Amino acid sequence: MSVESVAQVIASGLLMGLIYALIAAGLSLIFGLMDIVNFAHGEFLMTAMYLTFGLNLLLTLDPLALLPVVAALMFLLGVVIYRTVIRRAMQARTSVWMAQIFVTFGLAIMMRGLAQLIFTPEYRSIRHHWLSDRSVDLLGVYLSLPQLAAAGVCLLGFLGLYLLIARTDFGRALEATREDKEAVALVGINRDLIFALGWGIGGAAVGIAGVMLASFYYIYPGVGANFALVAFITVALGGFGSLGGALLGGIIIGLVEAITAMLVEPSLKSIGIYAVYMLVVLLRPRGLFGYL
Amino acid sequence: MKLQGLSLGAAVLALVLAVPLGIRDPFFQNILILTVLYTALSQAWNLLGGYCGQVSLGQALFFGIGAYASTILFTRYGVSPLAGMMLGGLLAALVGLAVGWPCFRLRGHYFVIATIVVAETGYLLFLNWDWAGAATGILIPFKGESIVDFQFQTSKLPFYYGIVTIAAVLWVFSYWIARSKWGFYWRAVRGNPDAAESLGVRIFRYKMAAAAASAFFTGICGSFYAQYVSYIDPDSVLAFNQSVLISLPTVLGGIGTLWGPALGAVVLIPMSELVRAYLGGTGQGTDLIIYGALIVGVATLKPEGLCGLIADLCKRGKRAARQAAGEGA
Repeated sequence: MSVESVAQVIASGLLMGLIYALIAAGLSLIFGLMDIVNFAHGEFLMTAMYLTFGLNLLLTLDPLALLPVVAALMFLLGVVIYRTVIRRAMQARTSVWMAQIFVTFGLAIMMRGLAQLIFTPEYRSIRHHWLSDRSVDLLGVYLSLPQLAAAGVCLLGFLGLYLLIARTDFGRALEATREDKEAVALVGINRDLIFALGWGIGGAAVGIAGVMLASFYYIYPGVGANFALVAFITVALGGFGSLGGALLGGIIIGLVEAITAMLVEPSLKSIGIYAVYMLVVLLRPRGLFGYL
Repeated sequence: MKLQGLSLGAAVLALVLAVPLGIRDPFFQNILILTVLYTALSQAWNLLGGYCGQVSLGQALFFGIGAYASTILFTRYGVSPLAGMMLGGLLAALVGLAVGWPCFRLRGHYFVIATIVVAETGYLLFLNWDWAGAATGILIPFKGESIVDFQFQTSKLPFYYGIVTIAAVLWVFSYWIARSKWGFYWRAVRGNPDAAESLGVRIFRYKMAAAAASAFFTGICGSFYAQYVSYIDPDSVLAFNQSVLISLPTVLGGIGTLWGPALGAVVLIPMSELVRAYLGGTGQGTDLIIYGALIVGVATLKPEGLCGLIADLCKRGKRAARQAAGEGA
């Protein structure tokens, strides 16, 4: 094993990890805000990928140009889903927790069926992309440009999300709602609006990740499932509700996956992630940065 | 109250035993068998997830272990699947204990994700384990109609009565345990683990017991399933989807209730089979859309589950009866 090949593995793991981190960020945001794990999160990702695919086919625009469009559409999707479905499920008098698991599962199945109906179960990939099939050579390490761009955009998206939460009034309202859902109403924060915006921003975050993923990954109705599981693990590894945890978690997961694929068979690469998750939560049952 | 519960159980059992006499179409018999199978599987989930409050989304691991244990014993060593079923159940229970030992330190979402992670690890290992058939799975050859080999081709009824027996035993077990000391401890662990522990309930031990019981019955159902469809592979018995399917009937019917799993399965399984049979043939996804929409509809209209709905109706009926009686007097 040469130094170059190890560097190659670490570089590609790092790039993938940044994408995992942004996918996980949306999940983490919604969880932290209202204690809901969105089991349709993978299907949100899938929807964003198909939106990119469809718009790219129709308009022959580059995925990067479609980025704001898809992000806006996914923001809308998040708000609509919160308003129509999630809010109702949260009114359960008992076991709200199970009601939301159930409702987001139903949603996931429905969205997958819808994708199958519109796009058939076939595997698709983006045709028009000015970066496709290009790569850069960095001291003997080859990095594919679409993946490099994806990692860069995801990092920027993450930064934007962090600034939004840490530096704006909206972010402070979000934090306050997370701290105490009941008390915020007393200080004039519209809790329902914050929840809706939280779902919107979560949707937009996973939407951005979906656009970038679609630029180099194949697209099919079940594509979300694997990424959703990785996102759950990433969020839990970093600690539920912690944005920094999601970033670090994503990078760790990406690296561990790449290294496992190199050391054992690629078909077993996920086992490394699973092992790291178990190890971390057994030593620290709240994840790396979790406050719960 | 106690007699009421038992007599209701007996009445339902009589009905369940009589149902296939009126249904001869193999398609509908298959739906009946699957409905009872998922009633049992979900009741087993309910022991751990409902009564004890430890939500597991990794039940497929126990289901798969049961299925693989009896199948490997039968196809390689000629062991009767009836014995294989018990061994499969015991093996699943042991694995349940081994998994529970580290996982029960975790709480809430961390625990749920740990159960998914452990089950997915099992799925990946079986997918790459050549001796156990790897991704191709194992086909169970037909050796002739026999109870000992638990194989029947001329009729589905023996399978039906087989799974009804398993479900009935599990129902009686659940009935008994929910009223025993253990049932109360389980509910205490679910309600407030810290308070329970401070009162001297050794919560770890009771969680382990719930895991073992749940895994045991899930493993037995796995063996039954393998004999029934006579072909298993990691995707059909160990995949995450299976774990979800196992938990859904209880979530729909009512968590931590005796009749919730059965109620949920009676609604969910025929619904999913019928929708798939009439709309899913073309692979267009229409069946998934309708199935998903129904789940979302139920969850938004009645988040407490069907048992909550029935309890509401009963309460309303009683109130109406009381009012009527009041007016009469």
